[in-house]
Amino acid sequence: MAVLAVLAGVLIFLAVEGGPAVFYKQGALPAHATSFWQLAGPLAFGSLWVAVIALAFAAPPAIGVALAATVYAPNQRFGRLLAAVLDLLAAVPSVVFGLWGLMILAPLMGPVDAWLGRYLPWLPFFAGPPSPTGRTVLTAGLVVAVMILPIMAAMCRETFALTPTTLMEAGLALGATRWEMVRWAVLPGARSGMVAGAMLGFGRALGETMAVAMVLSPTPFLVSVNVISSDNPATIAAFIASTFPESRGKQVGALIGLGLVLFGVSLLISVIGRRIGRKAVPA
Amino acid sequence: MIGRMTKVAATATAAGMILAALAGCAANEETPGDGKGSGSPAAKLSGTIDGAGASSQSAAQEAWRGGFAKLQSDVVINYDPTGSGTGREQFTEGGVAFVGTDAPFSLDDVAAGFGSCADGSGLVEVPVYISPIVVAFNLDGITELNLAPKTIADIFLGKIAKWNDPAITADNPGVNLPDTNVAAVHRADKSGTTENFTDWLAANAKDAWPHEPAEEWPVSGGEAAEKTQGVVATVTSTPGAVGYVDAGQASGLGWAAIKVGGAWVSASPEGAAKAVGESSLQEGRADTDVVYDLNRTTEAAGAYPLILVSYLGACEKYKDAEQGKLVAGYFQYVTSEDGQAAAAANAGSAPLTSEEGLSAKVSSAVASIG
Repeated sequence: MAVLAVLAGVLIFLAVEGGPAVFYKQGALPAHATSFWQLAGPLAFGSLWVAVIALAFAAPPAIGVALAATVYAPNQRFGRLLAAVLDLLAAVPSVVFGLWGLMILAPLMGPVDAWLGRYLPWLPFFAGPPSPTGRTVLTAGLVVAVMILPIMAAMCRETFALTPTTLMEAGLALGATRWEMVRWAVLPGARSGMVAGAMLGFGRALGETMAVAMVLSPTPFLVSVNVISSDNPATIAAFIASTFPESRGKQVGALIGLGLVLFGVSLLISVIGRRIGRKAVPA
Repeated sequence: MIGRMTKVAATATAAGMILAALAGCAANEETPGDGKGSGSPAAKLSGTIDGAGASSQSAAQEAWRGGFAKLQSDVVINYDPTGSGTGREQFTEGGVAFVGTDAPFSLDDVAAGFGSCADGSGLVEVPVYISPIVVAFNLDGITELNLAPKTIADIFLGKIAKWNDPAITADNPGVNLPDTNVAAVHRADKSGTTENFTDWLAANAKDAWPHEPAEEWPVSGGEAAEKTQGVVATVTSTPGAVGYVDAGQASGLGWAAIKVGGAWVSASPEGAAKAVGESSLQEGRADTDVVYDLNRTTEAAGAYPLILVSYLGACEKYKDAEQGKLVAGYFQYVTSEDGQAAAAANAGSAPLTSEEGLSAKVSSAVASIG
């Protein structure tokens, strides 16, 4: 009940304070936007794009680590250590990830961007020109991927652990290799848990603010799938964080309106996630 | 007429009280702990005042609060660097007793009045933080370059791709410029630094810079970084990068000398103060409202007009007279030689006191608070 009340309170706040912003014209909007949607559309795209990249990077290692901790090495020191380290990762504040991304990862990614831009420019993602600083959507996605890895891995681990031992042993007894057993016995039953983990991670990635604001070099109004250039789509959360301190009056309302858009996008994603999860279960 | 006389009398009384307070402070400083000056009621202040506003001032505010705590140990000064716009809003609503702002209040704002001020009180607004903005770059082995305003405009518009571009080499004879790519870094957040930088570009680069001065970077695309620290970190970690930052934050990077008149001038506190001295006060404002129309195109020798001037705002008369005394004491300290020296040491700003005409105007405006 309390959760519902808080959620409703947030929604009412966003709608009352930010709702009218949808009709604001140039002058009342930040970044000299001519209409609310000219601002909100590209930002919503940016948020989704960073989250998709983060999910793509985080999903394979999350599943891999969870399998290692539950199926391959459940009682060995290595498996437990891996799980513990990942849980520890979840406790690191996002500002720390932001600093790490800005000062360590971005300079390392500069040469990677240059390499991708030189050898794979025919892919729209690597159209370039490559950023000399490495502060790209690709880097931001990587940083966020590290941040959402723990929660995804934990969800996968929990569901993998629910696989009946008899099922796994039966698979192995029939002569399946470990990997075949995982594919036939573990993964199908755990699909809904994996989707749920992915959705949780995706939600966190959508809302991630500080790390993205610190790492990404944003260009407002830009919609682009190019992940290695200096000109990157900005995300809603980072845009609000960096614009709010110097805003006043209606511009603040417009920023709250952007918050409402992000709320809507998150809601939509979680509904879609639930659909996927439910469909997957019967198998 | 009578009303005016009363006001003059009140101002005189207030000034007298502040003088007494100052005498008390001075006495305390010379002979600490001997009890002298403790007889004067205004000598020892106590209480809390809250301020908010420009984040450009935060390093200076830190120095001022530390310095003021040594003089008045029972006064707590809070400063929340929420940004100029938010700070002005909070001051107008009466949420804070004083405000730090990169852009002065408009005359309309002043006419509408302020929440903490007594009815009919004027606004006291004084420049307290004058900081040179530096075009800072990262080129191996090069610590200084001459960059003309038009060249800087072209760099930040992305028109100059390499550091050995003819436009740069022409102004730097004898410097062996590398074939490195230019990466111009601008602020991603709204910022007074951006507004002052674009204002200077618009005034000096003329046709080469087609944009209006703005707090939000007006050019689409290019490297953007969050806050001053983000720009510094990006420029520091990227060979060939160049950005614009407050001088106090740009140590360790190469600094560009800009063309003023016919000469090349490097950023320095003295040059910044000189440029303010070359500017005229904005017309139509009260005597206590010391706001400058910065002269970006001055050709005075040694002046460095690429500067950021940040103001402190307060009420002439407060609803709560106690608050007035505290604010008066704090502003006196901030604009004093000690206060300005503390900010210069901590934030690399230009002391007001190095320009005589300026410091006289400021201290008479500050004396009217109370």
